[in-house]
Amino acid sequence: MKYLDEYRDPQAARKLLDEIRRRTTRQWTLMEVCGGQTHGLLRYGIESELDGVIELIHGPGCPVCVTPLEAIDFAQQLALRGDVLLTSFGDMLRVPGSQQSLLETQAAGGRIRIVYSPLDAVELARRHPDTEVVFFAVGFETTAPATALAVKHAFRDGIDNFSLLVSHVRVLPAMELLAQSPQNRVQAFLAAGHVCTITGYESYYDFADRFQLPVVVTGFEPLDLLEGILAAVTQLESGRSCVENCYSRSVRSEGNLIAQDIVREMYEVCDRPWRGFGTVPQGGLQLRDEWSQFDAAKRFNMNLSLPVIDDARCRSADVLAGRIKPTACEEFDRDCTPDRPLGAPMVSSEGACAAYYRYRNPQQVTSGG
Amino acid sequence: MLAHGEGGRLTRRLIRERILSAFGNDILESMDDAARLPAMNGQLAMTTDSFVVSPLFFPGGDIGSLAVYGTVNDLAVSGARPLYLTVSLILEEGLPIVVLDRVLHSLAAAARRTDIRIVAGDTKVVPRGVADGLFINTTGVGQLLETPPPGPTALQAEDELIVTGSIGRHGMAVLCAREELLLQSSLQSDCGPLWEPASLLMDRLGTRLRCMRDATRGGVAAVLQEWAESSQLTLEIEETRLPVSPEVRGACELLGLDPVHVANEGTMVVAVERDALGDALSVLHSHPQTCDAVRIGRGTERKLAAVVIQRGLGSPQPLDDPLGAPLPRIC
Amino acid sequence: MCLGIPGKLVRWIDHDQTFARAEIEFDGVRRVCHMACVTDAAEGDYVIVHAGIAISRIAPKEAQRIFDELASLGDDDGWTGGEGRDGGE
Repeated sequence: MKYLDEYRDPQAARKLLDEIRRRTTRQWTLMEVCGGQTHGLLRYGIESELDGVIELIHGPGCPVCVTPLEAIDFAQQLALRGDVLLTSFGDMLRVPGSQQSLLETQAAGGRIRIVYSPLDAVELARRHPDTEVVFFAVGFETTAPATALAVKHAFRDGIDNFSLLVSHVRVLPAMELLAQSPQNRVQAFLAAGHVCTITGYESYYDFADRFQLPVVVTGFEPLDLLEGILAAVTQLESGRSCVENCYSRSVRSEGNLIAQDIVREMYEVCDRPWRGFGTVPQGGLQLRDEWSQFDAAKRFNMNLSLPVIDDARCRSADVLAGRIKPTACEEFDRDCTPDRPLGAPMVSSEGACAAYYRYRNPQQVTSGG
Repeated sequence: MLAHGEGGRLTRRLIRERILSAFGNDILESMDDAARLPAMNGQLAMTTDSFVVSPLFFPGGDIGSLAVYGTVNDLAVSGARPLYLTVSLILEEGLPIVVLDRVLHSLAAAARRTDIRIVAGDTKVVPRGVADGLFINTTGVGQLLETPPPGPTALQAEDELIVTGSIGRHGMAVLCAREELLLQSSLQSDCGPLWEPASLLMDRLGTRLRCMRDATRGGVAAVLQEWAESSQLTLEIEETRLPVSPEVRGACELLGLDPVHVANEGTMVVAVERDALGDALSVLHSHPQTCDAVRIGRGTERKLAAVVIQRGLGSPQPLDDPLGAPLPRIC
Repeated sequence: MCLGIPGKLVRWIDHDQTFARAEIEFDGVRRVCHMACVTDAAEGDYVIVHAGIAISRIAPKEAQRIFDELASLGDDDGWTGGEGRDGGE
């Protein structure tokens, strides 16, 4: 595939790996924020190749993982109502809610449908005017333009049986929290390439300056990841801390202005609890009041009477903040596997625990196979 | 349209008119409660399967041809010549007759193509919303060859692993045919019979053929996982050797799927003794259903992981079940 | 979820600003995608698609950059890296 395969070339990757090793005089600690990048680093063996050379800490860049329990429970209740069709990205289905996952809800008779795009959910609403269609709107700033566009389509076409259950999250505020923490060991960030495609990276200048941390906008394929790491290391070795763009085939400094306008029209910034991470100030997006007719939380007015408790054994908070690697968790590959997850990072296609499980070294496999 | 009924006048008429005309043969026409089959020398093999694919019609096949080839292939890979088939239909009330006719004709054509005879059947009509159009259950009976392949317990380290065609075509063709994904492609299911290449392989290789399995639900990965479990070996494959067509690749990238987990309905995984690799490939290449066969890996002494995949970059990794929600109703 | 895949714009369907749509091809598999955020793409251009919408047009010169850099790797100058090295220092 063009613009994909060439960035997976093994020989070019080896050249970059060699250059990274050649450049580093000490072990630096880098964090990649986006879950897609975590999976790439593990799938293509980059983390193990750089073992001892670079320490890679994995950040909370998995929107599915950080979706609050309340939102999942809410989604479940909607799906079980009978007059609602809950539509969602496939990723969300195995994430455990406080009682069960959406997949289990579906097996128990909940009306749930996987869609590839929120705009497909609008089409479903159009074709089934007798049913309320709710789209579970999770995702970073990459996804917000798509859900915003879905509302615009529904509005234009007078589709009044469509709404969003909004749980969008914003990356930079979480990076701020991490960088501010006294336990922070991250010396440079690999910024999420598709988030920056939308938002641009001008807002990172201030961040890099205040915390004196290099920020390198990085893509997802092996060569992109290696290029990002190399750029970060080069800065660190020369004591610089600026914002650099290593995903320039997709990212411009101002980002995608049209997308930003669309998002700004429908959404406003709000504080949001990130599952396993705590409340992130300005860490979320919510629909503006004037669009509240498309807000499922307001339309369906659900109340949750049960306290929200995550399984105590799940250490997703520590994993998401990069304090521990998934393999350091006692339950990893024991009581917690993708089939029987204790927490979200083990089931999401962008979760760090899932990445570690899936791409683990066969020599480290503990279960019987 | 079909009305709900059980053995009443409407059902009998249905059977008489539609099914007999599509399948008609001497055994079926005698219409007793049980089919009377000629005696056979040697062992019988028997298999059963249910088909619930959605949508009913997809590029390269439909639930009817799928039901026949799926059953034929189960017998073939076990070393049995497919002979007889039963077909049970569960029809949803309101299913258009033209749809039923299309499926029946497809079933009949597939049966003729594979020389298997449909000897018994049943039809039930259920209320709307229960069967999503049409479900099919089959039972296949075949005659076991004198020396069928021994199966995965006979796998040894250094045995070679082959896949007989490009992978993931069926699952992705069915997914692309699902209206709600809005994908268009010229992808075709690989749905087709494997008895001929299987029997050629058994003839030529004899005991040098360890086992064969069509890689249906769960794809190549599922077959390897079962074989690794039975043999207590580790099976190692190389990702770069797996034959994947550009369209399957494109659809998988778009949907975040790995072709190694996607269903096939006319493609097998084959394990042979190391020295038999050349012969096996030459036999497979001589048949149109398996002409793109390639070696994908081998068996080794059990390391800690059952199935291991070597990707283009990086070190070998265990091949597990796929993450994310399972793909519903591909087969 | 941040799954953004490159595809080729093969046919514009609707060039309207907000409700723009085009047929995008991913190695032979085609899907109509929403183009509100990338209205300046031309047929033959590649775009990155996420969740059914195009989020950027791939800039071919930028896409080539890393390969030019790789080719010159090993010179005394070494790696020159990414663009946009402005910002707080």
